[in-house]
Amino acid sequence: MSEMLHAQNVAKSFTLHTQGSVTIPVFEGIEFMLSAGDCIALTGESGSGKSTFMRMLYANYTCSQGSIKVFHDDDWLDITTASPHSVLEIRKRTLGYVSQFLRVIPRVPTLDIVAEPLVALGTDRETATEKARDLLTRLRIPERLWQLSPLTFSGGEQQRVNIARGFIADYPIMLLDEPTASLDAQNRATVLALIEEAKSRGAAIAGIFHDHETRDAVCTGSFDVTSFKVGAND
Amino acid sequence: MTQMNEPLLRVEDLTMMYGDRVGCKDVSFELRPGEVLGIVGESGSGKSTLLRSISAQQEPTKGKVEYQTRIDGVRDVYQMSEAQRRLLMRTDWAFVHQNPRDGLRMNVSAGANIGERLMAIGDRHYGNIRSNANSWLGKVEIASERLDDLPSTFSGGMQQRLQIARNLVTSPRLVFMDEPTGGLDVSVQARLLDLLRGLVHDLNLAVIIVTHDLAVARLLSHRLMVMQQGKVIEHGLTDQVLDDPQHPYTQLLVSSILQN
Repeated sequence: MSEMLHAQNVAKSFTLHTQGSVTIPVFEGIEFMLSAGDCIALTGESGSGKSTFMRMLYANYTCSQGSIKVFHDDDWLDITTASPHSVLEIRKRTLGYVSQFLRVIPRVPTLDIVAEPLVALGTDRETATEKARDLLTRLRIPERLWQLSPLTFSGGEQQRVNIARGFIADYPIMLLDEPTASLDAQNRATVLALIEEAKSRGAAIAGIFHDHETRDAVCTGSFDVTSFKVGAND
Repeated sequence: MTQMNEPLLRVEDLTMMYGDRVGCKDVSFELRPGEVLGIVGESGSGKSTLLRSISAQQEPTKGKVEYQTRIDGVRDVYQMSEAQRRLLMRTDWAFVHQNPRDGLRMNVSAGANIGERLMAIGDRHYGNIRSNANSWLGKVEIASERLDDLPSTFSGGMQQRLQIARNLVTSPRLVFMDEPTGGLDVSVQARLLDLLRGLVHDLNLAVIIVTHDLAVARLLSHRLMVMQQGKVIEHGLTDQVLDDPQHPYTQLLVSSILQN
């Protein structure tokens, strides 16, 4: 299957200048690969750095060493050295990310927030809004809330808005940070279905899932980040 | 598409000295059409000095500001004639001040404030000017019956939106903003942010925005420049700079935000 993302010899440490410049080494020597149709679970106990690694894959965090190559526009680009402009292009068209946080401008209606990634890709607003409606319906966000800002919603509702926004564009690569964390059984089933649909269209997915059932249901493999923790193999 | 990738603005080694005191020092960057650059840092870090030196309001001690003009290609802003520079500032550039009173004429109507910039570039048809002014009032969400009112009768948020309309009516490609949400209360700020983001996207504006508010910087800007004592100490992708800051000062700045 065709390779979509390749991390090689990646290391990460944080230097905390406000706390006596202490350096905290996190990872070293990470080798990680994602291919089209994959759904790889990032595993490791709480605090082991799964989200940190995912943020590195999204270039939200820098890497101290190594490269993360992403297949974008028929070309391999190293996201750790790409210009901000290129990273934004990669995120717009190739690399989707469902984070645990919803960061939006207050007062913008939910429907617009969900449709936005498609509009940014050049889809006309009507088509994008139509798809946003479909996703919000599938994720059981009541229609009376669509014109309100999601910042007024409950945690679970915000999470589903985030998922709708993350799945509206058919990104070739998707990063999912606990997409089912605060969902009930019905909504979890919907998210699993969305992941299956993404896989079958050939998306390469890496996800963090807090429960075994979800992992067993959708994942094609797993990647234990703890084996790359600094000092893990001493 | 190639033109999209050519910088609209190129700033090189820009330095502004006030005697021995540093205003800003050795600042270099490029900006493309549609790109929003945030400049953050505490008061006195040189943000506003830098903005004034780039926007031809204050000639720098050293360095170059090159701009891709519509007709004459790339030109050094400080090598132009005074008349050329004035035309550029009136048409292709816009400047949104923190205090709307600095950017508006308070003794003429809202409509005249918008129309004035059109007349300055040679528009003489009263009907066109008035309808254009009216349509811009709509875009910045001011009711058209306020067209003939003085800005002094407007609220702070409305004045700021009027200033934006006045600036954007000539279809500029580059907009400078100095703390545009600074004096506004939070709900008004959100409305203005939403409006600005929409306009930036729809008009493909390049924007340089100075702000001390990191939340505003996160929501509006693609790239972020952090300044301290006149120097750019960190520059990169906005969310990377805010979430994984490398420089001690940026770390201090980010860790000082109150969480809500």
